[in-house]
Amino acid sequence: MEFLLEPLHYEFFRRGLLAAFLIGISSGLVGVYVVLRGMSYVGHGLSHAAVGGAVIGFALNLDFYVGACAMGLLAILIIHKITHNQKIKLDAAIGIVTTAIFALGVAIINKLRNFKQNFEATLFGNILGITDQDLIMIGFVTLMTLITLFFTYRSLLFATFDSEAAQIFGIHTESVQLLFSLLLTLTIIASLNVIGVTMVAATLIAPAMTARMLTDSFSRMIIYSMGVGAITGITGMYMSYILDIASGSTVVLFSATLFSLSLFIKSPRHSG
Amino acid sequence: MSVTYLSDTEQHSAILLHNVATGYDNHVLFSELSLQIPAGGMIGIIGPTASGKTTLLKTILGMQPVLTGCVQINGHAINALPSGTIGYVPQLESIDWHFPVTVEEVIMMGLYTNGRIWPWLSKTERQAIHDLAHRLGVEDCLRQHIGEISGGQRQRTFLARALISNPRLLILDEPTSGIDIKTQHDVLHLLADIHRAGTTVVLTTHDLNAVASHLPWVICFNRGIVAQGRPHDVFTNEILSLTYGGSITIVKHKGRLLVANSHPLHFDRIHHH
Repeated sequence: MEFLLEPLHYEFFRRGLLAAFLIGISSGLVGVYVVLRGMSYVGHGLSHAAVGGAVIGFALNLDFYVGACAMGLLAILIIHKITHNQKIKLDAAIGIVTTAIFALGVAIINKLRNFKQNFEATLFGNILGITDQDLIMIGFVTLMTLITLFFTYRSLLFATFDSEAAQIFGIHTESVQLLFSLLLTLTIIASLNVIGVTMVAATLIAPAMTARMLTDSFSRMIIYSMGVGAITGITGMYMSYILDIASGSTVVLFSATLFSLSLFIKSPRHSG
Repeated sequence: MSVTYLSDTEQHSAILLHNVATGYDNHVLFSELSLQIPAGGMIGIIGPTASGKTTLLKTILGMQPVLTGCVQINGHAINALPSGTIGYVPQLESIDWHFPVTVEEVIMMGLYTNGRIWPWLSKTERQAIHDLAHRLGVEDCLRQHIGEISGGQRQRTFLARALISNPRLLILDEPTSGIDIKTQHDVLHLLADIHRAGTTVVLTTHDLNAVASHLPWVICFNRGIVAQGRPHDVFTNEILSLTYGGSITIVKHKGRLLVANSHPLHFDRIHHH
C-alpha cells in the first residue's frame, strides 16, 4: 500500500495523476464516438497538426495552447470544407492538411537556429512537466466535453448510428459533426503534454474498444469507456513513476493490455 | 387503360411535387415531375433498379437538391416542416448491425423530435416505447442487441423508431427486401394497420406480388411516372413492360394478380450446354 501512497507526497505526481484521470475520462468519452464514426485516423492527424501549430505559436511568441488550438481548429475547418467535395475522402483530407501543418512546424524548427523549446514532453508525454496552465486546460476541456456530450447525447447517437435518417428526423448532422470535431481537437490538445503526440490516438481508441468488447449497449459502452480511460490514466501514471518511463508510453501500454484482456472476455451477446 | 391520376382527387395532399427536376452535378435524373399523394393514402412505388425510386423518396424527404419546381409535405415546404411530421424507415442494408445499440436505444432515437435533451428516458417515454414495442411485437427484445434479432424484428424495430413520434406521413425504402415471404406479409399487414389508424404510408419495393396483394395504390416509376392507379388497373403487360423495359406476364387467379418474368431461365438448356 505504501508504494501507492508514497508518490502522492510529491506535488508533480498529484498534478500528473489528476491530469491523467481527467484525460482518461474525456478521452474515453470522446473515443467512443471516434471509434464508432471510424475517425481513428482523425485523432492521429489532429495531434500532429496541433504540434505543428504549437511550434508556429512559439515562433510567433504565442502560448503553446494558443498555437495548438488555432492550427488544430483551422485543420478541422479546412478538412470539413474540402470533404464537401465528394471526390475527396476524409482520410485523404486528413493526410494532406494535418501533415502539411506538422511539416510547417518542422520547417520552422529547422529554419530558426535559436529555437530552444523542448518538445520532448509534447512528443512522448511527461508527468514532471504538468503545469497549472496544463491542469486548467485539461479541467476546462473535460468539463466542456462532459457537458456538451451530455446534452447532445441523443442527437450524437442518432447521427453516429444512421446519419441520413438523423437528418430526416431534423438533426443538423453537419453542425453535430463540426461540434464533435471541435471537442475532439480540444481533447487531443489537452492530452498532448501528458500523453504525447505520438501516442494520443491510442488513448482515444483503446478504452473505447475495450468497452466495446464488454457490452452491446451504447450507453453502457460510454460509461465503461470513461471508467477504463480513468483507470488507465491513473495506473499509467503510477507505472510511469515507478518504472521511470515516459507517461504516454505507460498509459498506452496499460490500455493496450486491458484491450488484449478484453478480447478474451465473451461479450454478453455471444455468451450463454 | 383505366388509370386514375391522384391529382384529380380533391383530397388534401400529404405530398405534393410540382414540376420538380432533380439530379447530381449537372446530371438531371428526372424533370417536370408532378405528383400528388393524398393524406391518408397507402402507396407503393415500383420500378426497376436505378429507376430513381430512392431518389424520388429522397426528393420528398428533402435529402436531394431540387433543381426546379417545389415539394410540399402537408402543405409546408420541406424545410419549414414541424419536426416529427415524417417517419422514415431506411433500407436495412445500409445499417451497421455491429453498432452497439439495443432495440430500445434504436427506438429512442425517434424521440429526438420531442425536444427532450436528457440522455436517459423519462417515465412517459419508456412507457411509450414499451407500448409501441408491444403493438409491433418487439417488446421481448427491447434489451437485445440489434445484431441478434431476426429480419422481421429488425424491420419492426426501425418501424417503431419511425412511429414513436406519431408522424402523419410514414416513408419506407424497400421494407420488404431481405426478409422471407411470411415476414413480408406480416410487415405489409402491419403497415396496413398503421395506414388504417390514419397515417399516410409511402413505400418503395421490388416485390410486385406484394404490392398487388397488399397495397391499394401503386406508382410505376422509371425516371418519371409511367402510370399510377389501383394494382388491378396498372398491372398490365403494357404498363409493366414500359416500366421495366421487358416482357412481363400477369396472371389473374381467383381475383388475385400474380406477376412473373415472361422469359424464365431454362435450367435444362443451361445444363445441356
